Amino acid sequence: MNKLKKITSYRLFLPLVCLAFVLLLNVIKTPSFFRISVNNGVLYGYIIDVINRASELVILAVGMTLVVAASGGTDISVGAVSALSGAVCCYVLAGGEQSANEYHAPYILGVLAAVAVGLICGAWNGFLVAKMKIQPMVATLILFTAGRGIAQLITDGQMIYVRVDHFKQLGAFIEGIPLPTPVFVAIIVVLLTLLLLKKTALGLYIETVGINAKAARLVGLNSVMIQFLTYTFCGLCSGIAGLIITSRVYSIDANNAGLNMELDAILAVALGGNSLGGGKFSLIGSVIGAYTIQALTTTLYAMSVPADQIPVYKAIVVVIIVSLQSPELMRMWKNFKNRIGVGKKVA
Amino acid sequence: MKNKLKKIEGNQFLLMITILLFVVMYVIGLIVFKDKNFGRLQVFLNLFISNAGLIVIAVSMTMVLLTGGIDISVGSVVAMTCMLLAWMMENKGMGAIPALIIVLLIGVVFGLVQGFLISYLKIQPFIVTLAGMFFARGMTSMISTEMISIKNEMFLSWAQAKIYLPFGGYVNKKGTMIYPYVYPSVIMALAVLIIVFIVLKYTKFGRSVYAVGGNEQSALLMGLNVKRTKLKVYVIDGFLAAFGGFLFCLNTCSGFVEQAKGFEMEAIAGAVIGGTLLTGGVGNVIGSLFGVLIKGTIETFINFQGTLSSWWTKITIAALLAFFIILQSVLASAKEKRK
Repeated sequence: MNKLKKITSYRLFLPLVCLAFVLLLNVIKTPSFFRISVNNGVLYGYIIDVINRASELVILAVGMTLVVAASGGTDISVGAVSALSGAVCCYVLAGGEQSANEYHAPYILGVLAAVAVGLICGAWNGFLVAKMKIQPMVATLILFTAGRGIAQLITDGQMIYVRVDHFKQLGAFIEGIPLPTPVFVAIIVVLLTLLLLKKTALGLYIETVGINAKAARLVGLNSVMIQFLTYTFCGLCSGIAGLIITSRVYSIDANNAGLNMELDAILAVALGGNSLGGGKFSLIGSVIGAYTIQALTTTLYAMSVPADQIPVYKAIVVVIIVSLQSPELMRMWKNFKNRIGVGKKVA
Repeated sequence: MKNKLKKIEGNQFLLMITILLFVVMYVIGLIVFKDKNFGRLQVFLNLFISNAGLIVIAVSMTMVLLTGGIDISVGSVVAMTCMLLAWMMENKGMGAIPALIIVLLIGVVFGLVQGFLISYLKIQPFIVTLAGMFFARGMTSMISTEMISIKNEMFLSWAQAKIYLPFGGYVNKKGTMIYPYVYPSVIMALAVLIIVFIVLKYTKFGRSVYAVGGNEQSALLMGLNVKRTKLKVYVIDGFLAAFGGFLFCLNTCSGFVEQAKGFEMEAIAGAVIGGTLLTGGVGNVIGSLFGVLIKGTIETFINFQGTLSSWWTKITIAALLAFFIILQSVLASAKEKRK
């Protein structure tokens, strides 16, 4: 009994149960879900698809977790920033043309441009939130509205294609490696961030600032700087995610690239058992949350639910999961049980 | 003079700047587009006609923001309402009035569920209404993925009834006097605005909304029923979202899945430009009206100009948002220092 309690009180218990629940659904509904086949030296299967498709979301969720932890607010501009950095990358590589069959600039320049755009956008958000003390959602609302507008300005409202095989590698496969490239990018981002947080005191600092920025300031932490850095880091993550998104379809559509990604990223953080109020956080929880969302989406596709209707099921599952994680419901349930217990005793 | 200026507190100051900005923008429009009849009263009334739904949504959003919450499901609820109205009237042959009653009821139920999750289970409003957003948009496509145009006579008669103003007309080329007009949707939207304004300002409920948003803990200690107040706000918000959807539908007379996308952010932007703080407790529905009108004016500019692309609307609104947000923050920190 004690052991059971120890397991259930483990922080990642609920997020993991949610993921397991979604996967279990598949065992019953579509037994072929876990089958992995090898085609042309490359792995295929629903599971691989989940891990592959979730990569951008994982990367965004990592950035979002830090932002939420340090400032108690959300960055709703990540989707728009991804689109913007993707647009800049394609614009640089296509040399301003609408469709390019070869690079007009070195590949690395495009990557650097995208990352730089992400960093600048993140720094702008960070400046508004940390220095100007504006509520995070309002501050990031600016780039949320402007991001796609600027991206369209750059692409002139058109799609830009970069039809170069090398460009597709980031979003698909590198010759001779059986797993899709985005998976590795996501793993690298997660590992590097974890290292940064665990091997330095940065993780602790972020939590401290998130719990009480003023107190953190009084014990000598530069809370403004720490919040600023988390937003800049989140911008960097958006830039990387934008690169993967554009590489997957070797083009940029400023209107639709990364659409609603910010919502999924915030959802991933919440599903990971993190409080959106800031403070203590679990990066791995968010990553699990991101995979849960993608697993759910892929599951619904596998059950041949039309793409338009997926949000309905997603919403229902999300409400169930967050309700279960709500301490308030636990209390209500306990009260209810007590009342019944009292009734029995009286009888 | 200086004392008088000081008396105008920060929040009213923001509201005044919003109104002033609107007036200045309009005057600039009058000067720039002088030869394109920008000065006609009809152009001004069109601002209300094309934004009637958004005004109602922004008003209800303001109320939610006042409690310190947020509702990002409104855009999807508007789409669902339009689709349901169109589907019930065209595919099921229902009358306009029963269809309207049903969608309003659905809005109330929607608000009730969201409100319960937010106030009683204490789940973050953002997450709950995010789920609501997914749900409503998905339901819209479940009803129909095709666009449905409304041909119900009664509904169209509501939509197209022109109410002429007795003044402000001009003589057209044929020599007849043409008076400016509004649609019933405008009058309904303004009625909602006035009712909510009065409720927030003069009723017990309205004051408790401000109290809850200002400081939940103190509101609770003061003996206010915080949970019930929040629940009521979300129920009203659900109702108004459906009602706003109805007004929106009067404008478009159709239902399709992609309708009113990004409406929630436009409403939030309108409220913020109008001086509402997202932390709750501070704000005014009149400001939100002007926030929406400013957005409408920018769109009118771009229409009149003719060569500018639509994305300039987004960029300009974002620039304005940045301006107002930074102004708010500067004012707030100035206030801190004075203490």
